[in-house]
Amino acid sequence: MNLHDQLIAYKTIVIKEVLRFGRIWVQTIVPPVITVSLYFVIFGNLIGSRIGEMDGFSYMDYIVPGLIMMAVITNSYANVVSSFYGCKFHHNIEELLVSPIPSYLIVLGFMTGGVARGLAVGAAVTAVSMFFTELQFHNPVVIITIVLLTSMLFSLAGLLNAVFARSFDDISIVPTFVLTPLTYLGGVFYTIHLLPEFWQNVSRLNPILYMVNAFRYGFLGVSDIGIFWSYAIIIGFTAALYGIAVYVLHIGLGIRK
Amino acid sequence: MDNALTIDNLTKTYANGFQALKGISLEVREGDFFALLGPNGAGKSTTIGIVCALVTKSAGKVRIFDHDIDRDFSRAKRLLGLVPQEFNFNIFEPVEEILVNQAGYFGIERKTGFERAERYLKLLGLWDKRRSQARELSGGMKRRLMIARALVHEPRLLILDEPTAGVDIEVRHSMWKFLRELNAAGITIILTTHNLEEAENLCRNIAIIDEGRLIENTSMKQLLGRLHMETFVLELRHPVGRLPRLEPDCLRKIDDTTLEVDIDRDRSVNALYEQLSRHGIEVLSMRNKTNRLEQLFLHMLQNGTDGEERP
Repeated sequence: MNLHDQLIAYKTIVIKEVLRFGRIWVQTIVPPVITVSLYFVIFGNLIGSRIGEMDGFSYMDYIVPGLIMMAVITNSYANVVSSFYGCKFHHNIEELLVSPIPSYLIVLGFMTGGVARGLAVGAAVTAVSMFFTELQFHNPVVIITIVLLTSMLFSLAGLLNAVFARSFDDISIVPTFVLTPLTYLGGVFYTIHLLPEFWQNVSRLNPILYMVNAFRYGFLGVSDIGIFWSYAIIIGFTAALYGIAVYVLHIGLGIRK
Repeated sequence: MDNALTIDNLTKTYANGFQALKGISLEVREGDFFALLGPNGAGKSTTIGIVCALVTKSAGKVRIFDHDIDRDFSRAKRLLGLVPQEFNFNIFEPVEEILVNQAGYFGIERKTGFERAERYLKLLGLWDKRRSQARELSGGMKRRLMIARALVHEPRLLILDEPTAGVDIEVRHSMWKFLRELNAAGITIILTTHNLEEAENLCRNIAIIDEGRLIENTSMKQLLGRLHMETFVLELRHPVGRLPRLEPDCLRKIDDTTLEVDIDRDRSVNALYEQLSRHGIEVLSMRNKTNRLEQLFLHMLQNGTDGEERP
């Protein structure tokens, strides 16, 4: 396949993925926006007003970047894990397997689909947040690069989950028992400086902490973690997951008999 | 002419240790209409799966129009179209989109994809359903959709795994006509089927796989030539009482107006009619008891290709 044909094939997967979640926008875009709006109302407005300031910002201002990031993470992951597992379940993954598309392009295509949904939901949540607070944009470059890299990372993680999944239970186990706890403990609602030193160190093992804090830095200019470390961790994980995803697809793990 | 498909010593052992293929070698010439037969679990679908990159092989070589599927998989796949046995499209996608996407996976521009989708959907009588979700189609329409999808990148080799399974007689015959037209247009076709009438009607050459081994690979004409005896069913105008003795003794009574007769292929049917006529028996109609290929197929599976009984 030459570069021109590869570009067409890549575009086809992306269009298919975007149309897929676009067709069912009531299930894919609306629910996360409602959920995060409830967080804004309950934690930001009702409880947040009693909490006071955090790192020099109102509690609402402090949690908005984390909540946007939480929506991006869960939706990037959910899009790819459900789409790719759906392809396996209905056997239409075979449409790709019989075609000359190389494995790395399949990974890129599904990843881009996940990024598209993550960003669509992120944009919708950001728009809603403007009803509750006046957003600051300390460093837009950091905001854009971190949200892109993070949604890429979790799209790839969702793809790997789908590759190894053998039932619909398997695609809900990781989001429920791994992703959600890590997100909640990843500094969305608090600064880790509130924790005892031991738990601060334990928190530093959570990769989501780096993403949430880097994203918050982009908006507010404050972070519990050095921005360099955040980029290093996110890029490192993304590259590793991409390599693993391409490899498992290439050898046909979970998709070829 | 080149080979459309060359399979060389293909083996497949699944993770559970089951050896599905035990060294199959096969050649299909360009332009052929080829039948791949075998009982359930014989290894047909595994063979097709390996050729189409849905199953990983354990050993052996596969070449499609001389392109090795390992070293030159991109060119090999472009020349190949697959119509699988099970429905394998996204049932929630509109029919037209399924075809346009499949074209896109082969590097075909979206605009051209829409043009080809129109062409093949019209050819297969699905144009009116182009906006319908695939799940809304009937069984026969879903089969036709898979044929249209396999053709959208215009392959030179088309593999169909049980293409007429579960479709009614009318649809089956229209599909046979369509496949003959494709073959006449130069597309090599490989067909697996349990409908041996289908194989006999459509295919020029045939291979039979059993227990992971190729037990026959020849032309349909040669294979059917091995059939020494054919059984016919005779419907009579008037009821018959006691059966007359015929030479050789080959007549059986099913009921008062139905007889069964075994006839050696070398013997003229006229002689039988003359004998029956002499005994005042008038034959209204005559038909084969079973499909000729079916008879032979069962015999080969039971007794081997040489006619020897298997241990």
